[in-house]
Amino acid sequence: MENKLTAYEKVRLTRHSGRATVVDYIEGLFDDFIELHGDRRFGDDPAVIGGIANLCGMPVTVVGTEKGHNLKERIDRNFGCALPEGYRKALRLIKQAEKFNRPVITFVDIQGANCGTGAEERGIGEAIAENLYELGSVKTPILTVVIGEGGSGGALALSVADEIWMLENAYYSVITPESCASILYKEPSRAAEVAEQLKLTADDLHSFGVVERIVREPQDFSDAAQKSAFMTALKADVFAKLIALKKVNAKKLVRNRYEKFRKIGRYAEFGRR
Amino acid sequence: MSNDCVVCGKCKQTVARSEMDSNYYICPICGKYNRIPPRARIEYLTDKDTFCELYGNEITADPIAFPEYGNKISSAKQKSGENEAVLCGRASIGGYETCMFVMNPEFMMASMGTVVGDRLAALFEYALLHKLPVIGYTASGGARMQEGVLSLMQMAKVSLAVKKHSDAGLLYLVCLTDPTMGGVTASFAMLGDVIIAEPSAQVGFAGKRVIEQNTGAKLPDDFQSAEFQLKSGFVDGIVERKDQRDYLTKMLALHSRKSK
Repeated sequence: MENKLTAYEKVRLTRHSGRATVVDYIEGLFDDFIELHGDRRFGDDPAVIGGIANLCGMPVTVVGTEKGHNLKERIDRNFGCALPEGYRKALRLIKQAEKFNRPVITFVDIQGANCGTGAEERGIGEAIAENLYELGSVKTPILTVVIGEGGSGGALALSVADEIWMLENAYYSVITPESCASILYKEPSRAAEVAEQLKLTADDLHSFGVVERIVREPQDFSDAAQKSAFMTALKADVFAKLIALKKVNAKKLVRNRYEKFRKIGRYAEFGRR
Repeated sequence: MSNDCVVCGKCKQTVARSEMDSNYYICPICGKYNRIPPRARIEYLTDKDTFCELYGNEITADPIAFPEYGNKISSAKQKSGENEAVLCGRASIGGYETCMFVMNPEFMMASMGTVVGDRLAALFEYALLHKLPVIGYTASGGARMQEGVLSLMQMAKVSLAVKKHSDAGLLYLVCLTDPTMGGVTASFAMLGDVIIAEPSAQVGFAGKRVIEQNTGAKLPDDFQSAEFQLKSGFVDGIVERKDQRDYLTKMLALHSRKSK
């Protein structure tokens, strides 16, 4: 079906409370999910969910940022804005997956990493940096699915992956269009125009070579039958991709991941000096 | 105002450029650490006539055709006398060969776009090939929004190149200068084996005003200062400009393959 939404309509849609979040994907794609808590350093971040699960008989590690559906859940989960301990928990679980040779699936839905005094005191910048640094050479397959908001460094810290998939209405951006509009034009109301300019849609990301696959969405996530059909299709696709990635030897996997990021935004590719 | 004078960023007094220059751009009146043009910084730090610039010709292709970006680049070039926000090269310091990069806040607040990312990734690959350390002077407002998500991806690209260099047992030393923020803090600025900072440099992730708006709390003056980062455990030391050359020389000597 033709997708006629504007970039900003998509951004707005990703923030809609009826949209599927990480807990829905965990329920829809996996069996026997066991949640694992804490970063073993400071605490447990409710904005990041992680654990081990069974995907069609294959043990996998799942990590994602969870916003919550209603106001209470959103407050409990800090609106999905992950703290340093959330990124450190994610890294702990991904390194654990590497040890046990389990593929990793990360789900990204975050407006941006936490902007607070605690986050700064505990090194939100260092925590994100460490994830980028370590994820690049993890010797097990990593697949990222951007299911809603792909908000800047906070999203990137969970998406240094062999493949990045994006839902057709998800967005991935260096900055929210509202913040960009208020910095550039001092008018947050120009967000719709800026959303187009930032080239943040799944189609844009696919054309830049950042995203490998665009995932079709159900018209209405709140329709149980549509949602279930969507989850089943995605489950089969994720499983098939992980089977394929598992066949690549670890050295080559890491080298390919390096090359994937190395060539993004290489000036020569744009043809002019 | 003539080019022979500079105005201190804090006390706003006019000082002769030669006097500022001989004092490492530290205001002789109020002691403020003013920003140093990157080539002057390289001159302070490196052995005479040993700096060889690398990857200096690449300029941005305006990859997402962002409105007004071309004009911003032109005025940044004019203001800074440089063609991008980072200067990369190879030099010797105290007789030790090293690669180095210096970011330039006079160029669009040293924001990181595709060229900055590409130059840095290339520099780490060069250093790996030639088994050289990397010394990096960071400064940045963060990722460059005019290059959209492609600038964001540079954080990953450079971090992966840093890892590859590190895995070969090579030294990466970072000096955080004012201001180091956003996506640069959240990537290669925090990945050094050794991380030092200049006195009172602002270092953090989110901008102070954003945090104040977000939390409704007024933050203390020293929030996100180099001293705050030292106390929080994110930097190894604060090193004054006059001592940096000695510090780097000692560090390079301690990590030199010759001394093993």
